[in-house]
Amino acid sequence: MIQNDLTIRIGGEAGMGLESSGAGFSKALTRGGLYVFGLPDYYSRIRGGHNFYSIRITRQPLYSHAEPVHLVLALDVETIRRHVGSIIPGGGIIYDSKEELPDELRRADVGFFPIPLTRLAEEKGGRDVMRNTLALGAAAGLIGFDPTYIESVIRDNFGRKGDAVVDANLRVAQAGVEAAEPFKADFAFRMEAAPEAPPRMILNGNDAFALGALAGGCRFVSAYPMTPGSPVLHWFAAHAEKYGAVTKHAEDEIAAINMAIGAAHVGARAMVPTSGGGFSLMVEATGLAGITETPIVIYNAQRPGPATGLPTRTEQADMLFMLHASQGEFPRFLFAPGTVEESFQIGWQVFNLVERYQTPALVLSDHYLAVGYRTVEANALNFGEVSIDRGELLTQEELDSLQEPYLRYKVTESGVSPRALPGHPNAVWVSSSNEHFENGAITEEANMRIAQVDKRGRKLAGMAQEIPAPTAYGPDEADVTLLCWGSTYGPLREAVDRLNAAKAGQANLLHFNALHPFPTEATEQALAKAKRTIVVEGNNTGQFETLLHTHTGRSVGGAIRRYDGRSFTPDYLVAKVKEV
Amino acid sequence: MLTRQDFEGQERPTWCPGCGNHAILNAVKMALAEKNIAPHEALIITGIGCGSKLPHYMKVTGFQGLHGRTVAVATGAHLANHGLRVMTVHGDGDGYGEGLAHFLNAARRNINIVDVVQDNRIYGLTKGQYSPTSEHGKRTPTSPEGAADWPVQPLAMAITAGATFVSRGYSGELKHLAWLIGEALAHPGYALVDVLQPCVTFNRGYAYDFYNERVYKLEDEEEYDPTDKATAWKRALEWGDRIPIGVFYRTELPTYGDQIPALRAGPLVQQPLKTLQPRQVESLRAEIM
Repeated sequence: MIQNDLTIRIGGEAGMGLESSGAGFSKALTRGGLYVFGLPDYYSRIRGGHNFYSIRITRQPLYSHAEPVHLVLALDVETIRRHVGSIIPGGGIIYDSKEELPDELRRADVGFFPIPLTRLAEEKGGRDVMRNTLALGAAAGLIGFDPTYIESVIRDNFGRKGDAVVDANLRVAQAGVEAAEPFKADFAFRMEAAPEAPPRMILNGNDAFALGALAGGCRFVSAYPMTPGSPVLHWFAAHAEKYGAVTKHAEDEIAAINMAIGAAHVGARAMVPTSGGGFSLMVEATGLAGITETPIVIYNAQRPGPATGLPTRTEQADMLFMLHASQGEFPRFLFAPGTVEESFQIGWQVFNLVERYQTPALVLSDHYLAVGYRTVEANALNFGEVSIDRGELLTQEELDSLQEPYLRYKVTESGVSPRALPGHPNAVWVSSSNEHFENGAITEEANMRIAQVDKRGRKLAGMAQEIPAPTAYGPDEADVTLLCWGSTYGPLREAVDRLNAAKAGQANLLHFNALHPFPTEATEQALAKAKRTIVVEGNNTGQFETLLHTHTGRSVGGAIRRYDGRSFTPDYLVAKVKEV
Repeated sequence: MLTRQDFEGQERPTWCPGCGNHAILNAVKMALAEKNIAPHEALIITGIGCGSKLPHYMKVTGFQGLHGRTVAVATGAHLANHGLRVMTVHGDGDGYGEGLAHFLNAARRNINIVDVVQDNRIYGLTKGQYSPTSEHGKRTPTSPEGAADWPVQPLAMAITAGATFVSRGYSGELKHLAWLIGEALAHPGYALVDVLQPCVTFNRGYAYDFYNERVYKLEDEEEYDPTDKATAWKRALEWGDRIPIGVFYRTELPTYGDQIPALRAGPLVQQPLKTLQPRQVESLRAEIM
């Protein structure tokens, strides 16, 4: 049976290398012309526990993972115990033949394929940890996927470790392919490579945001590790030398953001990647960037809180916090990309925006988007449209010819003051976290306070012109319009497709990737023809619903809220939409 | 040649008459002039506290941030533009209380900044609470029965943390203080200048007469060797009838910035900021294909 949509899940204990082998296999499938969504699911521990990696494979572009599993690769018995119930009838499980399976773990409608995973890994590769590669080789064999694509990824990933390591992995993968041969007759699903397909890319939201930021001129990244934001710091650290960037793993998040403010004040494009707990520590300094009008970018890959919450899972519950964080009032941008493409695009655009408006920007991702790998077309990241615009930054010549004393906080109509960088004899001033006169000197004088608050506040009018309108998907008119923001776009897009395939005109969606300033007019226009509206979001209190009501006065017809730490899936959403 | 007058500001200090900050302000100006660092070539980062208003009272480029985060801002500013001479000026609450972690981390990283701490052993701007360097038993509004905390030992801590220049000045010894700050400015790496500073309003027990009787200069002792870490550490803890000032410890190590590949081509902000070249884009794409 030729299958157009197949999910493989590899499971085992933490420490078995599931995430890297899952990512490697996803890349091999992408090279083989297939579309992939690869999602790790793990606990906050380095050894033990139960981890798994799900790889959904399709022949057409995809935006989400999905629920039914066709093939489980069980590196331990616990994996069978947990996932046997998720397997579609006719699916299968590859497991280590050394394990004796109790009868209650067996299902008559699922194929059980014992393969000596540990023994073959030791025999062919010399190390039992290579059984994940063996299992993936077996999976390739079972679904009829050409293993040469796996070989190419093994060569790329292990090449720097020397020929011996590469050869051992190749032998192990090949042994897996061969070991699966006897079971092919008992497993109906096939997903062969599509060698005629054009080359494509596979990346996750963290990668995409980091790529966008680098392309947009970000050259200073300071952070304290926190799941799931840390990979952005890893990415920049790995590329720092080649692309001329400075990264600093700081002593804490407070240091990280203050370092970024120092770097941005002297002219570097700077950002701090973190998660919600880290941003909580950055709140006071967010206000410092606001009052000193320092352009910095804060990236929060959300996870469920409060406090430590569910460290390795997903949620969208930091939005109103990000929007209001800090004492006092100042303008800020708040973006929430929905896809890797938007993560890249916002990743570079945001550095222009913070310099144009000299104020901080906050970018909200979440675990699902940040770590979920997705295959996209080779041109999906549009490097060609990237530009670098530093806003009202005074040039060397302008500073040379400056006649009057320089006023860093000059009151202007747009609220934006021409910006000098420290280091020019004609622009010697002190910026301050206190309220200040136009020249930066501290003041508590009432009229100047009003003038400076108003000046900063006026930036919002310009900022509102810069933000994108919400994106519509699906038929122009539908029975229900689903409103969403951030990473919910992917699963909801597929849910809309499924609903309309079942019955035309059932649903469409409106996705918001800019939350502040809020695109009020565009929202009103987009919702003018909406019949029934349902907000879909990953939190308990309906934060987007509150935001929508605040800006448009609209109440919605229903809500789908998920806060169990798991991401939305198309299956879940289709069922919920019908319920609501 | 620059002089102190090149650093004269337009605003008059709001510090109390007799406050040690007046001398620290003069010493900073004298040291910058002596080292020929013009107002636009220095960047003074301060925090919150009476003394952190210092750059507002002189002509210099400055940034006054949050309480306690001064060294972190300075670290970022220095790494992004090491063409500027970055100096912090902040109080003991800022540097050794809320900012203690940043202080120790800057020391162990050998970040090339001058860290001037106005150490009056009391909170001035918030009106007289005990500070990290207040003595045990100090009675203040937040320690009415006498402080149960023992004071931090900034010099010994800096030496232990790996600082490459550790010194203490006294605001009653202006020339010596200006010299010390000058030495710190000339030092490649993290340089601590802890300054004994009377607060004439909230800490009268540590006024000029207290220090004048006790302070002596390490530079007056011919046998004192500031490259000997163990001796320096012992001397850093000396406090009583005799209180040492001067350079306690100095050594040279590669600075943090020296070790960053991206900074070999010059200050980060002076490197051209352009969109990626086609071959760079191809290389980045290849990583994810």
